Amino acid sequence: MTDATQTASGPIRRWIARATARPEPAKRVQFDRPLLPWLFLAPQLAVIFVFFYWPSAQAISSSFYIEDPFGFGATFVGFDNYTDALGSAEYRHIAGFTAMFTVLVTAFSLGIGLLLAVKADQVIRARSTYRTALISVYAIAPPVAGLIGMMLFDQHIGPFVKLAAWFGLDMKVGLNYFDTAFAMILVSVWKQVPYNFIFILSGLQSIPQSVREAALIDCKNGARRFFTAILPLLAPTAFFLLIINITYALFDTFAVIDVMVKDKAANNPITLVYKVYLDGFRGNDIGGSSAQSVILMLVVLVLTLVQFRWLERRVHYG
Amino acid sequence: MKKALSVIGALAMTTNAAFAAPVQITWWHGMGGANEQVINQVAEKFNAAQAACAITPVSKGTYEEALASGIAAFRSGEQPNILQVFDAGAATIISAKGATIPAEDLLSQNRHTLDRDAFIDGIRNFYADADGKFIGMPFNSSAPIMYINTDAFTKAGVTPPKTWEEFEAVAPKLKEAGYVPLAASQLTWMLFENFFSRNNIQMASNHNGYDSIEGTTLNATAPEMIAFWNKLKEWHTAGLFGFYGAGWADNQKPFEEGKVALWIGSSGSFGGLTKTATMPFSADFIPYVAAIGEGNKSSFIGGAALFAMSGKPEAENKCSADFFNFLTTTEIQTFYHQATGYVAITKAAYEASKAEGWYEKHPVAEVGIKQLLLPTGEWSKGYRLGFYPQIRAVEEREFNKIFSGETTVEDAFKAIETEGNELLAKFAKTAG
Repeated sequence: MTDATQTASGPIRRWIARATARPEPAKRVQFDRPLLPWLFLAPQLAVIFVFFYWPSAQAISSSFYIEDPFGFGATFVGFDNYTDALGSAEYRHIAGFTAMFTVLVTAFSLGIGLLLAVKADQVIRARSTYRTALISVYAIAPPVAGLIGMMLFDQHIGPFVKLAAWFGLDMKVGLNYFDTAFAMILVSVWKQVPYNFIFILSGLQSIPQSVREAALIDCKNGARRFFTAILPLLAPTAFFLLIINITYALFDTFAVIDVMVKDKAANNPITLVYKVYLDGFRGNDIGGSSAQSVILMLVVLVLTLVQFRWLERRVHYG
Repeated sequence: MKKALSVIGALAMTTNAAFAAPVQITWWHGMGGANEQVINQVAEKFNAAQAACAITPVSKGTYEEALASGIAAFRSGEQPNILQVFDAGAATIISAKGATIPAEDLLSQNRHTLDRDAFIDGIRNFYADADGKFIGMPFNSSAPIMYINTDAFTKAGVTPPKTWEEFEAVAPKLKEAGYVPLAASQLTWMLFENFFSRNNIQMASNHNGYDSIEGTTLNATAPEMIAFWNKLKEWHTAGLFGFYGAGWADNQKPFEEGKVALWIGSSGSFGGLTKTATMPFSADFIPYVAAIGEGNKSSFIGGAALFAMSGKPEAENKCSADFFNFLTTTEIQTFYHQATGYVAITKAAYEASKAEGWYEKHPVAEVGIKQLLLPTGEWSKGYRLGFYPQIRAVEEREFNKIFSGETTVEDAFKAIETEGNELLAKFAKTAG
């Protein structure tokens, strides 16, 4: 509170300060009016409540009903929507693809991002040009990335398809499951690499020169130096990126997928989020799609817990 | 902004007597591009023709998006007066009794008459209940037809087929002439749903779903269907049928480029094709299977209808009724038919276009109507199946699998029937 009152400007803050301040007991931040901290938290809590807790609660409650789309009648069906989803071979198939997709997209976008950042970190001439060129892709919105990808992989005019044909491969994106999966992963990775690049590069630059020099004296092997000295110091960044990338692959690739399957999923690979959309918004099956989104919520919850419980212990925050 | 507008609207209503401001109604639809412009023109014509009502059309994106927005709006009490709903979504909105006012009731309550016989036969039943009462107001209707690359047929020295048997006979010659003999967009609509209608085969129990939602099952494994798709698969293997995935445009493009001899598309594709096709083309009905002996019946209509949403004030409902009535006038029907390529939905509009000589200039524009005017078989009136957009998604998936060789025709149709029936049973529960 001391800091706040000292740097405060503007009549409101001054008023709050006058209303709350007392001669300071020093050190720990104290609120002596119990309501005040809640008041400060209120805007944030309101946002979380309106945009997260409330919709989540709605999703959980409607996942136990089969509902007429227009909301005239809802029949309580217990866990039917869950057993329907988990019991369907199609759903399990999509879940399998989603897992594979998430692992591949995360691994490749992190790996390539790391490689590019390490290399760009060593560039001395024209370094800002390199960096700008590598970062600029991030400015592309996911649907646009999807559109570009779709053009590259178009069955009739796509240059990538022609390139593949040159090697004797007959690529049929939108028709062949694996070709479509390949195109989706490629576009999703391409879209995410610059994001990882920015973070890893700034992580690299925050490693003190003295540490690098000390490492250089101890070990001549560059690769070994990287794995024993540099990488551990990058761990906090990498851990953060891991979580962000998994969420990206699970949720933010929606637009890429939507554009690439041209809103007709047919037998093309889709992720679980896309399935929630298809069933809920296209199929008007609110109960079933709510159950699926609750399942997805649980998956993310478990993943996050695992990451924080197991992985974070190994992360060394400098 | 919307709030502000509606406040102004409410204020205007209270001072209605003094200023006689028009009653405002809204119309949500799923049309984009050129067709959206035509919708705006229709609305302008209505607003100019009378002073009591003013209609505002709002594009909500695609058909599916329009339905989803309409549903979401209805649940929060913000529904538009009129909502456009497409063929596959018909069961969803019609089964939700109380969500809409049946078009025929709306018209008669507001002292308009609706003459069912004025409509083209194929259009009359699709959005009506089992007794033939119009629930939705047919608006933009299309029929799936077969477009013909005339160059290909001259080159191969054969005539375009009327039946699938004839197709099988001419296809190898077309292939020899260097063409892919056949391609089709949206197989669900063209070669599944309309295979039932054109060949007069029952598509689902309970009179194709019209009688009741309860216990309706899909007849996807009809032996004629399986036999035909086995042929299709054979043709695909032999290079007589080109399949480019579930996307509409991917299958249309090779026809536009002149690589395909026959393409099954929508009668509404005609306007676009005249601009994009690189070769002369004509059109004819979708072929039927002569061996079934029932063939050449009218097809199901595609496209969409307009529904009057309930829960609106009387004055606004009257305006919706006036607008529906306005839409059926020959002048508007003729205008809309000619401007968009959708088929004329009233016989009078068809006759008027004929008298004008429209079809002499655009013979392809008549094919869809003629196909809808063919004798209606017992099973070609329409279908009323809940969660049908999802069932279509299952069909699309299985069809792709058939042509990528992941499944057999028999297994694919078994899967469609099983999963389709599960969805139908689930839909019956929502309505219960």
